[in-house]
Amino acid sequence: MKPTNCIVMTVALFMALATSAFADEFTKQDLKLWEQEFMTVVKAGRKVFTDPKLGSNGVVCAQCHPNGANTHPETYPKFQKQLGRVAAMWEMVNWCIRNPLEGKDLKADSAEMIAIQAYITHERRNVKLAAGKH
Amino acid sequence: MKRRNFLKGAGALIAGGVLPVSLVEVAFGKSKQENFTFAYISDSHIQQIKGSDFVRSFDRGLKRAVAECNMMDPKPDFVIYGGDLAQIGNKAELDHGLELMSACNHKVKYVMGEHDYYLDLGKYWESQLGPQWYSFDHKGVHFVVLNSILVDDKWTNKWSSGEERMGVMAGLDNPLGSPFMVGAEQRAWLKKDLAKVNKNTPLVVLSHSPLQKIYKGWNFWTDDAEQIQAILKPFKKVNVFYGHVHQIQYNQIGNISFHSVMATAWPWPYPSTYSQAKSHLPKLTVEMNRADPFFERDATGWQFIDVWSGNTSMHFQLPENNTRSVSYNKRRKRPEDKQYQGKGKRIPPQKHY
Repeated sequence: MKPTNCIVMTVALFMALATSAFADEFTKQDLKLWEQEFMTVVKAGRKVFTDPKLGSNGVVCAQCHPNGANTHPETYPKFQKQLGRVAAMWEMVNWCIRNPLEGKDLKADSAEMIAIQAYITHERRNVKLAAGKH
Repeated sequence: MKRRNFLKGAGALIAGGVLPVSLVEVAFGKSKQENFTFAYISDSHIQQIKGSDFVRSFDRGLKRAVAECNMMDPKPDFVIYGGDLAQIGNKAELDHGLELMSACNHKVKYVMGEHDYYLDLGKYWESQLGPQWYSFDHKGVHFVVLNSILVDDKWTNKWSSGEERMGVMAGLDNPLGSPFMVGAEQRAWLKKDLAKVNKNTPLVVLSHSPLQKIYKGWNFWTDDAEQIQAILKPFKKVNVFYGHVHQIQYNQIGNISFHSVMATAWPWPYPSTYSQAKSHLPKLTVEMNRADPFFERDATGWQFIDVWSGNTSMHFQLPENNTRSVSYNKRRKRPEDKQYQGKGKRIPPQKHY
C-alpha cells in the first residue's frame, strides 16, 4: 500500500467514529437538563441571597435589593469610582458581604458566589449587556 | 414663610452630613400664632443580632435622627414615628427601638408598620404605645393615623407560628406575602371619625403604606386605596404622608396630595428597576438620585415639610446631592419639583435602570 492511501483511510475511520459517538448537536433533552441545572443554581442563589447566616449580623442581601434590583449585573465589569478601578461583579458582592452584612469574603469560585450571580443575573434576564455603564 | 434655623448650634452635625429626620411645618391658621411644626422619623428597622447586639448601622440612623430632632429650632410640637421601628418586631427589638426613641425630648405619636405587627399581630406594640389607629386635633388641623398594613384573615391565620408569618412578611419581595389594606373595620371607623370634622378643616393622614397603588410585588400598595380616597374626597385639603417605601415619591389624586417620608435605615430601589415586572410609580415623581452604596447614610436624608395653607411643600436635604424642593403648584394643582420636574431637566443619577 502507498503511504497516501493509508492517511486517507485513517481520516475516514476517524470521521465515522465522530458522527456515531460524538455528535455535536444538542438534543431537546440536553437543553432541558442544562436549563434545570441552571435553575437549580438560581434557586440556590435566592437562598443565599436571603440567608441571614451569609454575613454575621443577620442582614440579608434582599433587604436592600428586593428581587436583586439595583445590582446591575449587565454593567460589570465597570469602573467603580469608590474603588478607583474597574471591578467585577463578584468583588462588589463581597464588598456588600463585608460591609452591610459585616461578614467574610466568599471565594470568587465558591458555589455560593456562583449561585448569587446566577440568581441576580436571572432576575435581570433579557436586559441588554452594557459593560461599563453608569 | 421664612426659612429658619432648624438646628440650633448644630453646625458640626450639619458639616457631618445628613439629617435622617423630617420636620413638618403646618401653618393652616389665619393668625401667625397658629403656625406649628412637627417632626417625622420613619423606618428604622432596628434589628437584633443576638441578646443585646443590634445591627449597628440601623441603630446609628435612628440615634442620629433623634439627636437632630432634639436640636430643632423651632421645637416641633410633636414627633410622628412612621412605622417599622423594628425588623421582626420581637420584644427585644421594640424595647431597644423605644429606648432609643426615649431620648427624644418631644411627645411621639406612632404609626404601625408591618415589621412591628406580624409577629404577634401588634400585641406588644399596642401594650407599649396604645391603639393601632386613632385621630387627634392640633391647632386647627385634624390628624388621622391608620394601620394600613393589614391583610385578610385567611392569610393572617394560615401560618404555623408568628415567627413564620413575620419571616414571610419581612421579605419585601417574598411572593408568599399578601397585599396590604386598611380593612372594613377601620374604614367604618374613619367615616365616623371624619363625620364630625368640618370639610374646610385641613386633614393630615398618616399611614405606613402609600394609600395608593404603585407596585403590588413589593407592597408599595394599599388594596382598598380607592375606598379610602373616596372617604377623603369631600375635604378640601388632604395630605397623606407615608413611610414604607424608603425613597422619594409624590403624587396628586384629586384633592389628595401624597408624599413619602424617607427611612433612617436604608434606601430602596424604585420598583421600575425590577425588569421582570411593571410598576406604576406616579408619573409626577422625579426619582431621587441613585444611592451611593459606599456611603452608609446616603439616600436616607432629611426633608423639611411645609404644609403652609394646607398644601405640602417638601424640601429635601440629601448627602452629596443638591437640595430639592417639591412644592404644590397652585395652577396645576399638584406637587412639582422646582428644578427637575421637566423631562429635559433630569440629571444622570436620577435615571434608574
